[in-house]
Amino acid sequence: MQSKMFLSGNEAVAWGVKLARPQVIAAYPITPQTIVIERLSEMIANGKFNAEYLHVESEHSALSAMMGASAIGARTFTATSSQGLLYMAECLHYASGGRFPIVMMNANRSLALPWSIYGDQRDSLSLLDCGWIQVYSQDAQESLDLIIQAYKIAENQSILTPVMVNLDGFVLTHTYEPVSVPEQDKVDEFLPPYVNPYTMDLDNPKNLAFSSTPEDNMEFKFMQHRAIVEAKTIIRDIDISYGNSFGRYYGGLVANYLVEDADCVLITLGSISGTARSVVDELRKEGIQAGICRIRYMRPFPDEEIASLARDNRAIGVLEKDISFGYEGTVATNVKSALSKAGLKFPILNFIAGLGGRSINRNDIKKAFVDLERHRSEAVAEAVQFVNLGVAT
Amino acid sequence: MTKPMLQKYNKPRSIDEYPFVPSFKAGHLVSTNSSYRVMRPELNNEKCIGCHLCFVACPDGAIERKEKKVCFDYDFCKGCGICAKECRIKAITMVREE
Amino acid sequence: MSTGKNKYALRTLTDNEYFFGHKACGGCGGSLTIRLALKVLGPRTITVLPAGCMSAVGFIFPQMTFDINAIISTFAGTASMLSGIRAGLNARGIKDCHVVGFAGDGGTADIGLQALSGAIDRNDRIIYICYDNEAYMNTGIQKSGLTPQGAITTTTPFGSSVSGCRTSKKNMFEIVAAHGIAYAATASVGFIPDLLYKVEKAKNISGTSYIHVFAPCPTGWGYESADTLEVSRDAVACGLWYLAEFENGQFRLNHNPGKLAPIQSYLKSQSRFKHLQQQEIELIESSRDVMWKKIHREWLIE
Repeated sequence: MQSKMFLSGNEAVAWGVKLARPQVIAAYPITPQTIVIERLSEMIANGKFNAEYLHVESEHSALSAMMGASAIGARTFTATSSQGLLYMAECLHYASGGRFPIVMMNANRSLALPWSIYGDQRDSLSLLDCGWIQVYSQDAQESLDLIIQAYKIAENQSILTPVMVNLDGFVLTHTYEPVSVPEQDKVDEFLPPYVNPYTMDLDNPKNLAFSSTPEDNMEFKFMQHRAIVEAKTIIRDIDISYGNSFGRYYGGLVANYLVEDADCVLITLGSISGTARSVVDELRKEGIQAGICRIRYMRPFPDEEIASLARDNRAIGVLEKDISFGYEGTVATNVKSALSKAGLKFPILNFIAGLGGRSINRNDIKKAFVDLERHRSEAVAEAVQFVNLGVAT
Repeated sequence: MTKPMLQKYNKPRSIDEYPFVPSFKAGHLVSTNSSYRVMRPELNNEKCIGCHLCFVACPDGAIERKEKKVCFDYDFCKGCGICAKECRIKAITMVREE
Repeated sequence: MSTGKNKYALRTLTDNEYFFGHKACGGCGGSLTIRLALKVLGPRTITVLPAGCMSAVGFIFPQMTFDINAIISTFAGTASMLSGIRAGLNARGIKDCHVVGFAGDGGTADIGLQALSGAIDRNDRIIYICYDNEAYMNTGIQKSGLTPQGAITTTTPFGSSVSGCRTSKKNMFEIVAAHGIAYAATASVGFIPDLLYKVEKAKNISGTSYIHVFAPCPTGWGYESADTLEVSRDAVACGLWYLAEFENGQFRLNHNPGKLAPIQSYLKSQSRFKHLQQQEIELIESSRDVMWKKIHREWLIE
């Protein structure tokens, strides 16, 4: 019987971690991730679970230590945010290239400068190329569930790729909701102990993390890329089997809401999706056929699911909390690429919102849909729109 | 006595012949180091007292203790000359490599 | 080679080679350090090497020159990866295994210093060995924090306005000692029984241990490759390097060279110092003298 607890996003992550039984944890504190590592430290101090906890002196060391532990066959966990994520950026590539199945929670937070502790998604979205599987959670329940699934995905022997579970800083990390917490033995059944034939072994010694010449390097990179692309099927299967075991199924790489008959579809990422769905309900009452496509996994990118959104007479927009300076939002770029790969020239509207923690209101989302609706009949200029700038530009 | 050994290695012809991740068998050698050499060490067997200091001092482990003497692994000797320099009784001379 | 007061029975060294077939320069002090240390530690050892000479020459796929478990870490991450490996071993209940890192002077005193400091702070059961060739040799002989006063490197080159390194070596031995480390030592490839004895000691330390090995580089220092051990001995004879230990809060000098030889012949034996004028040599000599006054005043002398 799953117990119900009143948990914040961060606390739900901590519970997910506890249930997943990592053997080594190393982390460095950074707002708004701190609650995760505090709760884990309390659980360990109270004997609630057994893990080696390393108090490391930087985020770079956190991930470096986790690669060491993973290399010797231990299941590992770390957590960070923004500045810390970027501080360990070298190690992100190292971990993915090294094919270490580490799971990391990232609290999405704005990157300096200017300094901001508030949430946006620039930190992880600026690192889409680093070779990690990236998933974006919408609520505390999904966060707990994703941590457990992340290990199963990462440790799958045809994937062997680290997974980053992203939670919106403050709006998800620090807000509370009732969460169903699975039982330990059911999780143990779903997620058996970590096994990896490529780790260091005293009986069968190996040399890891080596150099390769131009004659061989591309082959390693090809295999790395292929593993993530092929992970799509496995991720969908794990989502389904988690649903069978625990009663919660999230829809695979994307989660669609009222998309089938929608004239206007807004693509979202993370916790704003909840607000967006409620706006959709309101708009439908007003006669606008609105729908939401919530992207869960940004890597591997759900190109087929996105391509299937395209329909004559339908307007598609992307609402995201990031910008790739000098061009457009990164999610929009990825979406446009998927649409064009499917042979569709489909102008989409790109709404840049919530940078540096600026609230995204219902009205902002409503206005986006109004623009989309207008775009169906008279093309709205495709310029990138910064939502709710406080001043005229 | 164990040490990394030369293996017959065929360059992979298909992607599946590559190691799946950057992890590989320890102690797997595919090439020698003899081409480093300009000079090679030669042992005067009679003079050698088997103190084995050269075996200790060789940075490449290219000198093997052999009963009361030593022998050189010319596949992996780089001709650095430390053995000849350190031998207290000058039983090793560095000779021009052909 | 001198045996010094700390004896290690060389004949007990194993024939097994755990680091063999690597592409280091002939006469490399760093490679000798690793080869010998691993003979003391044995096959139940996991080793970490950061970016640097020894990792660059040791693991180029498919030439794997370590016969034991070995892994390359990021440049800054040697000590943190070592800590992670030890934590992983602990978590898996594997206790009878050594965890040792071999990092260069740059990877230790500069970019790797933060992680090393953290590992010592945690007192993780790891052995950290720095092979000090006094510059960033792997990338082409650039100045590091452990490049000595006056040395020519490619970033402290000969010049009409200024030549050679303007700063003196960071004292890594005293830095790690100031952390209250469980065991630290300085060693030299010119004093092999002493080096082996110290590795043996580090094996049995239940916390963090640090050994700083003076490891000359013929390529970077400009001397004949055959002279690596002789150059090491000369450095100790003239007092520019010392053999010492730190444990239980106490500094102890293992080898007292007595009257220090003049530094001139040591300096002139390497092309990186050949340009030094008398005035600069005297400056180096007087800072050496200040250092030795302190050693005699404050350390235990064996």
